[in-house]
Amino acid sequence: MKSLEELAKIREEALKKVDLRSEREGTRIVVGMATCGISAGARPILMTMVEEVKKRNLQQVTVSQTGCIGVCRLEPIVEVYRPGEEKVTYVEMNPEKAKRVIAEHIVNGKVVDEFTIGAAK
Amino acid sequence: MPKEILTKENFQKLEVVIEKNKGKKGALMPVLHEGQKIFGCLPLEAQKRISEALNIPLAEIYGVITFYSQFTLEPKGDYTIGVCMGTACYVKGAQKIIDRIKKEANVEVGATSPDGKFSLEATRCIGACGLAPVLTVNEDVYGRLVEADVPGIIAKY
Amino acid sequence: MELFRSHVLICGGTGCTSSGSISIEDAFKEELAKHNIANEVKLVRTGCFGLCEAGPIVIVYPEGAFYSRIEAKDVQRITEEHLLKGRIVTDLLFKEAVVEDQVRSINEVDFYKKQQRVALRLCGVINPEDITEYIAFDGYKALGKVLTEMSREDVIEAIKKSGLRGRGGGGFPTGLKWEFTYRAQGDQKYVACNADEGDPGAFMDRSVLEGDPHSVIEAMAIAGYAVGANQGYVYVRAEYPIAVNRLQIAIEQAKEYGLLGKNIFGTGFDFDLEIRLGAGAFVCGEETALLNSIEGKRGMPRPRPPFPAIKGLWEKPTLLNNVETYANIPQIILNGAEWFAGIGTEKSKGTKVFALGGKINNTGLLEIPMGTTLREVIFEIGGGIPGGKAFKAVQTGGPSGGCITADYLDTPIDYDNLIALGSMMGSGGMIVMDEDNCMVDIARFFLDFTVDESCGKCPPCRIGTKRMLEILDKITEGKGELEDIDKLERLAENIKASSLCGLGQTAPNPVLSTLKYFRDEYEAHVVEKRCPAGVCQELLTYHITDACKGCTLCTKACPVNAISGERKELHTINTETCIKCGACVDKCPFKAIIRK
Repeated sequence: MKSLEELAKIREEALKKVDLRSEREGTRIVVGMATCGISAGARPILMTMVEEVKKRNLQQVTVSQTGCIGVCRLEPIVEVYRPGEEKVTYVEMNPEKAKRVIAEHIVNGKVVDEFTIGAAK
Repeated sequence: MPKEILTKENFQKLEVVIEKNKGKKGALMPVLHEGQKIFGCLPLEAQKRISEALNIPLAEIYGVITFYSQFTLEPKGDYTIGVCMGTACYVKGAQKIIDRIKKEANVEVGATSPDGKFSLEATRCIGACGLAPVLTVNEDVYGRLVEADVPGIIAKY
Repeated sequence: MELFRSHVLICGGTGCTSSGSISIEDAFKEELAKHNIANEVKLVRTGCFGLCEAGPIVIVYPEGAFYSRIEAKDVQRITEEHLLKGRIVTDLLFKEAVVEDQVRSINEVDFYKKQQRVALRLCGVINPEDITEYIAFDGYKALGKVLTEMSREDVIEAIKKSGLRGRGGGGFPTGLKWEFTYRAQGDQKYVACNADEGDPGAFMDRSVLEGDPHSVIEAMAIAGYAVGANQGYVYVRAEYPIAVNRLQIAIEQAKEYGLLGKNIFGTGFDFDLEIRLGAGAFVCGEETALLNSIEGKRGMPRPRPPFPAIKGLWEKPTLLNNVETYANIPQIILNGAEWFAGIGTEKSKGTKVFALGGKINNTGLLEIPMGTTLREVIFEIGGGIPGGKAFKAVQTGGPSGGCITADYLDTPIDYDNLIALGSMMGSGGMIVMDEDNCMVDIARFFLDFTVDESCGKCPPCRIGTKRMLEILDKITEGKGELEDIDKLERLAENIKASSLCGLGQTAPNPVLSTLKYFRDEYEAHVVEKRCPAGVCQELLTYHITDACKGCTLCTKACPVNAISGERKELHTINTETCIKCGACVDKCPFKAIIRK
């Protein structure tokens, strides 16, 4: 170790490995991962979400999974909980749509209406 | 049956350990630890060699070995049963466990059974107080014991 | 860089390892591979989570799901349900983690909620065998700050101002110790760490070494800089193989990253660290005995003064602190002395780790701010006494400490309050006793321990404690006389006053404190030849109550034919012939045979 900068750099890298374990408040993205969700392709979506959050270094965002959300025909389903806002449910998701949700909703705060459960009906 | 421990091979291993530690300050304890691993105990012949190599009087080495409870002059049984006698284990009935082992394995505390199979020790707290009472057989640990578990454990070995 | 959506933390502390956490890790590896998600879910073996009672423990993030008492066979369900489908397996969660069908994360469980973790900050959070995880949580930042921004005097001043006191037993102000060693004259100085945690029932130092070894390494390097030492020794008990192994790995990694060795942070500061193993001698926890042992001698104490700060290892000035004390140092440097001094009571700052054991629901390791009451620790964090039994006393300070009774449960815990109660902080062992524990027997247990561990150098300890044990044996066997109690008290005072080291000076404490609070129990043993708790074998007699149905099972079990009675009628035991083996109690289906 030659300098503080070097330590800071190692820390920066290492943080990405462990930040899953710190308690975070703020936005929660939940991917429905019951049998129906998985068979409809929920796992690549979950991984895309995780990847995007990492890539953009979004600190106050947790991506987790949940069981059956109940509308199996619209799977894969992603729900977004933001403090002080109503829950938004996105349906028939795919990795591309997931990226847009992150970019538009999570980062810029604009709900992607066309993907929501309201639009699907 | 006691195994032959004073083999040439063991002494060669001892030389390596001595060589590695020779220059260090306070080398005696590390050498004794390693030596005991090699021989299974610290026989007089090994002590003599350590004495010469580290230039420490044999009497002093003997004094150190007998001071510490983990060093032993005689080989142990094939399986060393250690019953934790830390406070947490004691409070939860470790004495009963020991009494039962004495009966089941025919061995006294601090001694080895006549067939050379088991040695029994009342050990200091091993820090697994959450599982009290606890006993160890060599590397295996058994926790949350009741007296009736003893015969089953002994039978495994 | 690999991305993981979930982290599975498996406790690799001694407690959980003993109850099978390694086979759980293997099972997870297998399951993850089977479902092809090994690249999405990361397995981490951590140090102790503290709640050993619930072990083996598995935590799954990001949910913070707290699975307890997991067996290898449960792994398949956790993998298929939780990791694949996102459904937390609630019936495997720690019981308090589910409240009204709502799953709570590990940090919301009572056992953890009331704690404040400084020394145990990263135990159960990081993989102790990966230095980068420590660095991610600000590891070695304090060392960097000290070496690049602070003078040696600044560091000592900060430690002094924090109010940190030695966590190993005595409670001596840490900053002063550092200052003495700093001021001592010497061409060579040493820094040493006392990890010879010998008090039965205390295992916090082991947990820190197992769960967060780098914090100790970092602190020792900081101490080395402050006092002017470039060589450190960690003296660890050989009974702690996992801790020794993790510490060894950590030292090697620190060397690899240039955080130990030459020219650290390019500042010209050199520091090296070596592990030395104990060999099973309790007295080596005493500082001067420990120094002798590192030097390769019999671990007998030296007279003080001179103190180690003046003449320590190989006659050179030596700074000696224990593991928990060191574990606080990096946090004090990073967060400031004021932050640390803001926690705790007026004279005892910061937090203290306690190992809670004995008759208590949540056995384990906990860290609380100084000033928390015993009641909060035992009944809130510890979850109270199992089986609806009554609390009798809590023993603190191990063989050097004493018992505290129910009357004092609302005492805020700090160094001075515990001493005022005739006990002491010690290293933080806390053993809870209920109505079934005999206090004379407990005193005898500790005396037995000190007699065994007395090094034999000074007569008061060598001979005196032995005499005390003999008297206690007499009393527990029902052969005691009233004057024995006075004799015991006199001997105790003399041994306290005249022993060479801390071991002898504190050895009589368990007797003195039980005499102070439970004199009636001693008197019952002596005068009435009765053990009120029903523990002392020689004083017990067996009786059959009205619950007896006359099934005759006990008569068949009795090896000395001491039980008589007609079939279907109440049986009686002849207490003269009874050898008190207890065989009848085990056999009786109606629980009609009692000891009293």
